[in-house]
Amino acid sequence: MSEHKILQVQNLKVNFDVSSEGDMPWTKAKKLQAVNNVSFDLNSGETLGIVGESGCGKSTLARAIVKMVPADSGKVIWFGNDLLTLNKSEMRQHRKQIQMIFQDPLASLNPRMNIGEIIAEPLRTHYPKTPESDVKERVKDVMNKVGLLDNLVNRYPHEFSGGQCQRIGIARALILKPKLIICDEPVSALDVSIQAQVVNLLMDLQEEMDLTLIFIAHDLSIVKHISTKIMVLYLGNMVELANSNDIYTKPRHPYTQALISAVPIPDPSIEKSKKLILIEGDLPSPVDPPSGCVFRTRCQKAQDICAIEKPEFKEVSNNHEVACHFHD
Amino acid sequence: MIAINKNKIKEMADNLSDSGTGRSLWKDARIRFMQNKAATVSLFILAAIVLFSFIGPYFAVWSYEKIDWNAMGSAARVGMPSIESGHFFGTDDLGRDLYSRVIQGTQISLMVGFLGATVAVFVGTLYGATSGYLGGKTDQIMMRIVDILMSIPYMFVLILLLVVFGRSIGMLFIGIGLLSWLDMSRIVRGQTLNLKNKEFIEAARVTGVSDFKIITRHIVPNLLGIVAVYATLLVPGIILAESFISFLGLGVQEPSTSWGALIKEGAGTIRYDTEWQLLFPLAFFVVSLFCFYFIGDGLRDALDPKDR
Ligand SMILES: Nc1ncnc2c1ncn2[C@@H]1O[C@H](COP(=O)(O)OP(=O)(O)O)[C@@H](O)[C@H]1O
Ligand code: SF4
Ligand SMILES: [Mg+2]
Repeated sequence: MSEHKILQVQNLKVNFDVSSEGDMPWTKAKKLQAVNNVSFDLNSGETLGIVGESGCGKSTLARAIVKMVPADSGKVIWFGNDLLTLNKSEMRQHRKQIQMIFQDPLASLNPRMNIGEIIAEPLRTHYPKTPESDVKERVKDVMNKVGLLDNLVNRYPHEFSGGQCQRIGIARALILKPKLIICDEPVSALDVSIQAQVVNLLMDLQEEMDLTLIFIAHDLSIVKHISTKIMVLYLGNMVELANSNDIYTKPRHPYTQALISAVPIPDPSIEKSKKLILIEGDLPSPVDPPSGCVFRTRCQKAQDICAIEKPEFKEVSNNHEVACHFHD
Repeated sequence: MIAINKNKIKEMADNLSDSGTGRSLWKDARIRFMQNKAATVSLFILAAIVLFSFIGPYFAVWSYEKIDWNAMGSAARVGMPSIESGHFFGTDDLGRDLYSRVIQGTQISLMVGFLGATVAVFVGTLYGATSGYLGGKTDQIMMRIVDILMSIPYMFVLILLLVVFGRSIGMLFIGIGLLSWLDMSRIVRGQTLNLKNKEFIEAARVTGVSDFKIITRHIVPNLLGIVAVYATLLVPGIILAESFISFLGLGVQEPSTSWGALIKEGAGTIRYDTEWQLLFPLAFFVVSLFCFYFIGDGLRDALDPKDR
């Protein structure tokens, strides 16, 4: 497996203008900081897990990387090109190599198209001259890869279960043999029993096709198996980034520690003695984030300085980055 | 014995072929529509009425403008419905054959309904899809315009238009069609907004599918269902509006006629024991409207996304 950087995200910021219900047309829109100063590197063959509560900007980060939402500042360097500076047609060339898988499996498939058409769409879009027989062959191929019977090509999405729909979505993402697949909560909408199947499928495919993955989830237990490194987001800010193992064995940020304590441990004796750290209160509004440290309103360790000074996101031990004044 | 076997084999063959071809939503909807008895029967009756308005004239003994001088002025005694006299539906007070007049009225009323609905669907879909797809300020302004137009009393404007620009079928088409696209545009806009945020649209955009292809391949096919339902409900609405206008004497002008105009004439002479002059056009009118509503209802149930 080649160990070179394929994607570097640097200081990425995404703001949305939001107007509230009773606003007059001339009222100035408020800024919602959905993604604030996110940076990470991704090597070929790695899997980056991104974890955070719902609404903390995970999807927005993913969408900003593929230019589905405009970023306000920062860089997304893909094989040496800053994607954010490319125009539409230049970007199109790179779209072949970066694919996405979505949260709601059924909603991500057009109900009026059959499975064959859905899976073939990326291929037909980028290589419109491919002969029909080749398209059929490739569709069959990729359906077998994701564990779907290839005689189902003429079926429609509503005839499939959630897990099968997600496999169809994966097949569509694979048909162009991409380098990077961004999975935005691909299993959150599925039954627990099926979640593992889909995660395992992704891991097998990663091995087989030398894929790099970004895997988004709202809880740590799911990303555990698949990720090589894990980023924890809170209110659009990175709070911790480290190797998967380090995050689990020695989490350093109070937020991560609380998340880890909520992950069930299969061994009942450990599970019983485990101390659960509760996160109290609600997620603050991203329109009006707390001063200083974004987590201070819910942090048990918070001190006065936390309200005044924003903790820098920095490396505190080998490849382990944290944003906290009082990290462990 | 043999028959049973044949059925079994056929069933097995059906099952086999079924594993190859999926049921598209359209096919699904058709099956569900067929299961709705009222809607299916209505579809047949309506088809029969349309067919009748085209082939009916070949069986007519009297043309719609020819006056039967015997019946003129004494419709109550001579002009009743009868096979021998050739006036299957009787005559009107002027001695004109009601059978031919009803056919003529049916043609015109249905045409007004269909053409008016076509204009409304076309304008409304275009306007609504544009507004929804562009979003933001443009959408706001376009929808406020619709709100304003909607607050204007519809019938009043139509009557005013007919009085100012003269009474003609053309004016009636334009007036009804252009005023009834408002609801359509709102419905289509809502649906487009809804679709725009669906993940399959995002999936297509991420892959690099062009905006044009997204609209034609992903948005429009998903709008057709709701447009079809609304259009079938729009046709009777427009027919009703036209009949009302004609009933007021502002719509279709002599020698042309429509259901509304015929009903008006029939109602005016009801005192003279010529009830057929009212009942025949009224029956066509009522039955057709019921059919349209049942079909629209059936379509809505068949295409209802909640049932998928
Ligand atoms: N298009 C948008 N316009 C305005 N606000 C948005 C938009 N998309 C997301 N947001 C806001 O940005 C924040 C992050 O959302 P999102 O990235 O979807 O979170 P997550 O995927 O982690 O649940 C939320 O507060 C959400 O309300
Ligand atoms: S900086 Fe302060 S408030 Fe923020 S996580 Fe660390 S201790 Fe808690
Ligand atoms: Mg999300």
